[in-house]
Amino acid sequence: MYGGGYIFDKPLQDHKDDDDPVKLAEFEARIDRGEKVEPHDWMPFEYRRQLIRLIEQHAHSEIIGALPEGTWITRAPGFRRKLALAAKVQDEVGHAQLLYNAAETLGKSREEMINDLISGKSKYSNVFNYPAKTWADTAVIAWLIDAGAIVNQVTNSKGSYAPYCRALERICQEESFHLKYGYDAVVHLATGTPAQREVLQDALNRWWPPIMHFFGPPDNASVHGEKLMRWKVKMASNDDMRQQFLNMYVPKIWELELTLPDPNLRKNPETRRWEYTEPDWDEFKRVINGDGPCNKERLAVRRTAEERGKWVREALLRPETQYSVPLS
Amino acid sequence: MTASNEALKSLLYATADDLLILGHRNSEWTGLGPLLEEDIAFSSMAQDQMGQSLALYEILQRDLGERDPDTIAFLRPESEYRCCHFVEYPIGSYAFSLMRHFLFDQASYLRFAALAESSFKPLAFVSRKLLGEIKYHIMHGNTWMAQLSRGGEESHARMQSALNEAFPMALGIFEKLEHEEELVDAGVYAGSAQLRDLWLQHIEPALAHGGLALPELNAQEAGTAFFGGRKGFHSEHLGSLIEEMGAVLRSDPSADW
Repeated sequence: MYGGGYIFDKPLQDHKDDDDPVKLAEFEARIDRGEKVEPHDWMPFEYRRQLIRLIEQHAHSEIIGALPEGTWITRAPGFRRKLALAAKVQDEVGHAQLLYNAAETLGKSREEMINDLISGKSKYSNVFNYPAKTWADTAVIAWLIDAGAIVNQVTNSKGSYAPYCRALERICQEESFHLKYGYDAVVHLATGTPAQREVLQDALNRWWPPIMHFFGPPDNASVHGEKLMRWKVKMASNDDMRQQFLNMYVPKIWELELTLPDPNLRKNPETRRWEYTEPDWDEFKRVINGDGPCNKERLAVRRTAEERGKWVREALLRPETQYSVPLS
Repeated sequence: MTASNEALKSLLYATADDLLILGHRNSEWTGLGPLLEEDIAFSSMAQDQMGQSLALYEILQRDLGERDPDTIAFLRPESEYRCCHFVEYPIGSYAFSLMRHFLFDQASYLRFAALAESSFKPLAFVSRKLLGEIKYHIMHGNTWMAQLSRGGEESHARMQSALNEAFPMALGIFEKLEHEEELVDAGVYAGSAQLRDLWLQHIEPALAHGGLALPELNAQEAGTAFFGGRKGFHSEHLGSLIEEMGAVLRSDPSADW
């Protein structure tokens, strides 16, 4: 599950001078023809840099995203939910593995990426800085955050960098199971006892602002360049993806007779676009910059896991016991 | 002769509870593994073990008249659990969890290999199926034991220290079951002492390959230091685990989750 990979952009610097203009023209012509780029193909410096950043943030989001849901595996109600949630969170860790492999094809090692995560240099999706307080939170996450991730990832899977596209196609297949699991868990709560409905509604109210944040700031405030669109690194605008999500899921939420904490949320019948109150973008920036409810905890957990596992990784590096590393 | 339902329940609860509780513990590695591949592996083993326990709770319900699996797995009082202390202990360091996995799954494989020949057919049938899963746990455990016990001085020392800690605990797997004589006489179960001797024969070559030595045990450690689980007396760690595991279910046992 993941979203909002482009939102941490600093304005792109123009590196055009660094790249051979003839090769650049050939590269852009290939992209225009709809061809995919493979790791050993020539690519502009900025294309490589932006892709590493994008895929790396996606990978980090998968392992950090495993934490809020992971704590509910031990508390999941009954075998059916426990086994499904364990498998779901395991998938997310597997996605991180696929994505780190895809990013490694661009020349940055997994270890460097994880170091940048725990030092705070590299970001991950903002939604995971919020706590999963109840069982209903896990149902809402598995349904709606994963749904948002699918919107984002299906779009990105049409991009130009082949290893990332291949990873995303596989990831989306698994995510679609997560979404079914999440929806099933939500339906059970929505059609259950009054207490179950209440806890579900409360979770939905709390998760709605982070879900609206999930696709990133409105297009007019976003700082990415048109170059990323042209190179097919970015495939759709934040607002377009948010609209697609609202269009698919708000009716399903209302169908369960649940409410959303935005009195202005409606589909304009004339423009056929959703209207809503802008979520608090100042909060969004504050949380991204480290001041959210769980930022410190998430990074501390990850840092502790890395430190405690260091001896294992070092033991594996010994040549007499070394395994060959599979390619992505 | 055939074994009484009480005797069969004693065997099934001991076996199922071991798997449920260790599966629960192994699932606690999710998101915390020393590398992603091990995070994923421990989750797979946890899922297998929870699924294996479910298969046994289903026999208890279907063939022995016990309540449904969710109720008996998650909502019994602590004194009704029959797991050994070894599976109850927190995950600790990765070295401890890996050593526990190695020692436990070797025992689990031998236990189900024997139960596959059991005169109690529902259990024999399920045991044959589960062996196919546990085979992979054995491969995983052996591979990592070899890698880490031969992976340099620090790593070797950590693995030896984990073995020193885990080995006396692991002997608790082989505490005699309630009604054990009856189960052995009826050809349902091979017997705990026999399984322990077989297990020692199996683990020693793998440990020796990594240069690890079984610790010298004092009389208490070699005897009953970690016994009690098969009679419903548990370590201090089980109570909070059960409380956590059943917290959501217990908040409304009549609700459908």
